Amino acid sequence: MKRRLLLSLPLVGFIGLAIFLYMGLSMDPFGRDSARLSDAFPSFELSTLDDPDRRVDESLFEGEVTLVNVWGEWCPTCKQEMPQLLDLADRGIRLVGINYKDTRDKGREFLDEFGNPFEVNIFDPEGDLGFELGVYGAPETFLVDADGIIRYHHTGYIKPEDVRDTILPEVEKWQ
Amino acid sequence: MLTRMIPEIGHFALIIAALMAVTQAIVPLAGAATRRPLWMAYAAPMALGQFAFVLLAYLCLTASYMLDDFSVVNVADNSNSMLPWYYKFSAVWGNHEGSVLLWSLMLATWGFAVSRLSRGLPRDMVARVLGVMGSVSAGFLLFVLITSNPFERSLPNIPEDGADLNPLLQDFGLVIHPPMLYMGYVGFSVVFAFAIAALLGGRLDSAWTRWARPWTNVAWAFLTVGIALGSWWAYYELGWGGWWFWDPVENASLLPWLTGTALIHSLAVTEKRGSFKSWTVLLAIFTFSLSLLGTFLVRSGVLTSVHSFANDPSRGLFILVLLGITVGLSLLVFALRAPRVSHAVGFGLVSRDSLLLVNNILLVIMTVTVLLGTLYPLLLDAFGLGKISVGPPYFNALFVPLTVLMCVFMGLGPIARWKRMAGSELRRRLWLAGLVALVIAALMPLIYGGEWNPWVSLGLVAALWIVLPLVRDLIDKARKGATPLTGLRRQSLAYWGMVVGHLGMAITITGVTVVSNYSVEENVRMSPGDSVEVAGYTFSMQELKQRRGANFLSDIAVIEVVGSDGERRFVMEPEKRLYLARGMPMTQVALRPGPLRDLYVAMGEELGDGAWAMRIQYKPMVRWLWLGAVLMASGGLLAVADRRYRRRASQSQQRDVSAVQEATA
Amino acid sequence: MAVISRCLAVICLSLVAGMAVADEVREFGHPVMEQRYRELTASLRCPKCENQAIDDSNSPVSADMRDRVYALLQEGRSDREIQDFMVDRFGDYVLYNPRLEGRTYLLWGLPAVLVVVGAIVVLLIVRARRRASAQALSADERARLNELIDRERTE
Repeated sequence: MKRRLLLSLPLVGFIGLAIFLYMGLSMDPFGRDSARLSDAFPSFELSTLDDPDRRVDESLFEGEVTLVNVWGEWCPTCKQEMPQLLDLADRGIRLVGINYKDTRDKGREFLDEFGNPFEVNIFDPEGDLGFELGVYGAPETFLVDADGIIRYHHTGYIKPEDVRDTILPEVEKWQ
Repeated sequence: MLTRMIPEIGHFALIIAALMAVTQAIVPLAGAATRRPLWMAYAAPMALGQFAFVLLAYLCLTASYMLDDFSVVNVADNSNSMLPWYYKFSAVWGNHEGSVLLWSLMLATWGFAVSRLSRGLPRDMVARVLGVMGSVSAGFLLFVLITSNPFERSLPNIPEDGADLNPLLQDFGLVIHPPMLYMGYVGFSVVFAFAIAALLGGRLDSAWTRWARPWTNVAWAFLTVGIALGSWWAYYELGWGGWWFWDPVENASLLPWLTGTALIHSLAVTEKRGSFKSWTVLLAIFTFSLSLLGTFLVRSGVLTSVHSFANDPSRGLFILVLLGITVGLSLLVFALRAPRVSHAVGFGLVSRDSLLLVNNILLVIMTVTVLLGTLYPLLLDAFGLGKISVGPPYFNALFVPLTVLMCVFMGLGPIARWKRMAGSELRRRLWLAGLVALVIAALMPLIYGGEWNPWVSLGLVAALWIVLPLVRDLIDKARKGATPLTGLRRQSLAYWGMVVGHLGMAITITGVTVVSNYSVEENVRMSPGDSVEVAGYTFSMQELKQRRGANFLSDIAVIEVVGSDGERRFVMEPEKRLYLARGMPMTQVALRPGPLRDLYVAMGEELGDGAWAMRIQYKPMVRWLWLGAVLMASGGLLAVADRRYRRRASQSQQRDVSAVQEATA
Repeated sequence: MAVISRCLAVICLSLVAGMAVADEVREFGHPVMEQRYRELTASLRCPKCENQAIDDSNSPVSADMRDRVYALLQEGRSDREIQDFMVDRFGDYVLYNPRLEGRTYLLWGLPAVLVVVGAIVVLLIVRARRRASAQALSADERARLNELIDRERTE
């Protein structure tokens, strides 16, 4: 009997592995939370896209819940995402853009063509602020609460249904 | 008109093949269980029919590629009318659907080969073996038909031209690497089928191991070559000069190789000595299961590396179900039918038996380590413990000491006798080899690199410790004959296979050691007229030129290389290609191979003003890696040619084996 | 199969490679610095790619990370500090060499435990098999062996 149990061990082990692999099937290997969650928005000092002489820093995020969207003219998904961002702006949510690794001219052209939902755009041509935020592609979107703490992070394209299903509830949660 | 029907004929042939596989799975197994000769006799014809129809289906798909039939989605996605014909031929397996069809074709081929070459075997054994293989085949053919049909058509909107084969796959290495790998994976289904057949038939004597050994060796040899080809391909094609990345998909091919290596050794023990019976059966199941697991990991998208191969979750689920049924059932049969009482065959601490036991345990530990490292990120994720990565530093840190430990026993194994041996005799035969290995290994880094490097010494001592005892053994054997030659000639091919295989391992280890420690890499900015010195060679860029290929444009740097002696001059031409159909840039490495070193020049990005970033590398003894693998595979094949396997496995042999068992029990 | 996924990884990269300059040409004051740079960039994982270290990858974020590693090395930061810097921004995901902590004890420990267990199993099996072979011995030999075993036990 003891030996029978021993001989059944491989089967038991395999069943465990199979269940685990089944769980694995429904997981998304690319879905990662930002390492910056619960951190204060990193300090920075950059000019805005519109006005090279206007300097902004992290105090921009004090006092109001803000959605921060990292975008660039070179990023095709960012263009597809604009209607959703305009929709969010229409709902009264404050949006701040980070124009990431772009030139002023191209950035402005982009906004002229696809609309401008942002209260202000931080101009980050070298991607330094993006790096501090742990951005590894665009678009990426961060939710910053009224105390300037990063509360939520969305990697990649915001689908129309994401606005209602994830973004709005998160905004309400931290308001 | 007829050519338009080819995909439909292929699809139909595939359906017939699947039905035949189902028949082959059910009828012979039922026949063996109820002792009905007629039912059992279904096995061989069904194996033949299944093979013929899968082959027909495969040829139809190939024909669709050759004829640029872009009404077939698979062709339109992976081929292009500009593609050279030989890449159209290989593009068939350069995608998920086609490669699973190739898998099935190979499985059917192995099944057919078993049915032809096993005529001397007991009828119920053949019926069971082919039945088990038919079950696996049926599962895969259904997988192809249901989730991955390569004959799907996009009628009536036929694209003008195809999207082209991924440029990375337009390469000779990629033409032969996957088929070799699949031959290995699929080949392990034979020993798996033999093991299950032996369990089902309640005949776990040594006979099945004798029948299964040649098949296992051949499969293992294919897998060895397949892995080596993959490594070689990555080395020259990807432009980074790396040859092993511990990528989950590479690990997936390494796992069955490790247990397969354990299996060919434990089959030897079971055949020769009648011990480790249950263990050998279990290893046979494990090895094939890991082949299937590899397929699952690569095609289901559960691991980051493999995400892109097939991102259709229904495929992952199907393979998981297939894996669950195949492995679950076989382990259940194992739990129920493996011998309750172990026939303990005696042996001492110093004996070939015990050393092979250690070999098996170490190989299994290595397997578990690789599996653990590969799946651990997934495991943590599943338990919500965050996302981590497990990469080369982890695997190297664990694999190197385990391999060194393995080498210690690898040196002893071939010298040791079966059953038992006096420790003093082992010491007497090995002390000189050990001493010489230590001295050479300690001195070599000083001579070669100018300073002592413990890692190089460790690697070399491991390699020499494998080789020198073998040399000692050969000398002893040569002395026993009337002349040295007759003494050596008396040795069986199986023995020579072992010698060559172990030698191959030593050569691979030497290559890994040297290339890991003595490679030189320089990233430099070069424009025409510039020169740079790397590892004693002077690289001067002469000019930049442009060329137009069949389906690409390329920038070529002409680089003249002068050796340190100032004498040898040659030209290397690294290339940066732009493939037109996909607009995809590709680096074409310039290689100057040699037995003791490779020179490796890859073109990076254009830096402006006619300057380019160039990655120049000096890779000492990198060829030894693959040479060793080729030797290992040759060793495996040499053993198959041994006379013993060519004799028909007759009843008298079975009696021999059981007599031996009784004598030793 | 290994290679196919690798190809796909490369394709994904090449899509974003347009703006990247890989293979920067860097000057190191000391060979030790160069060695550390190589080891660090080989053991940090590109967060964007499928499965590549930042030294192998053409992705823009890898280039940025290489720049940071180089700059931090020049500032005289330690390897650990540089790794922490990256982990703060991109998470533990970027470390190819997972740190020894609660959740990775199993990862690092299991192989070592298995080696110990394996050694014990070998010794147990050999002991059992020795006894088995003892039964195959002649009566005299067996008596002598028993004597030896008894002596061993009493010691």
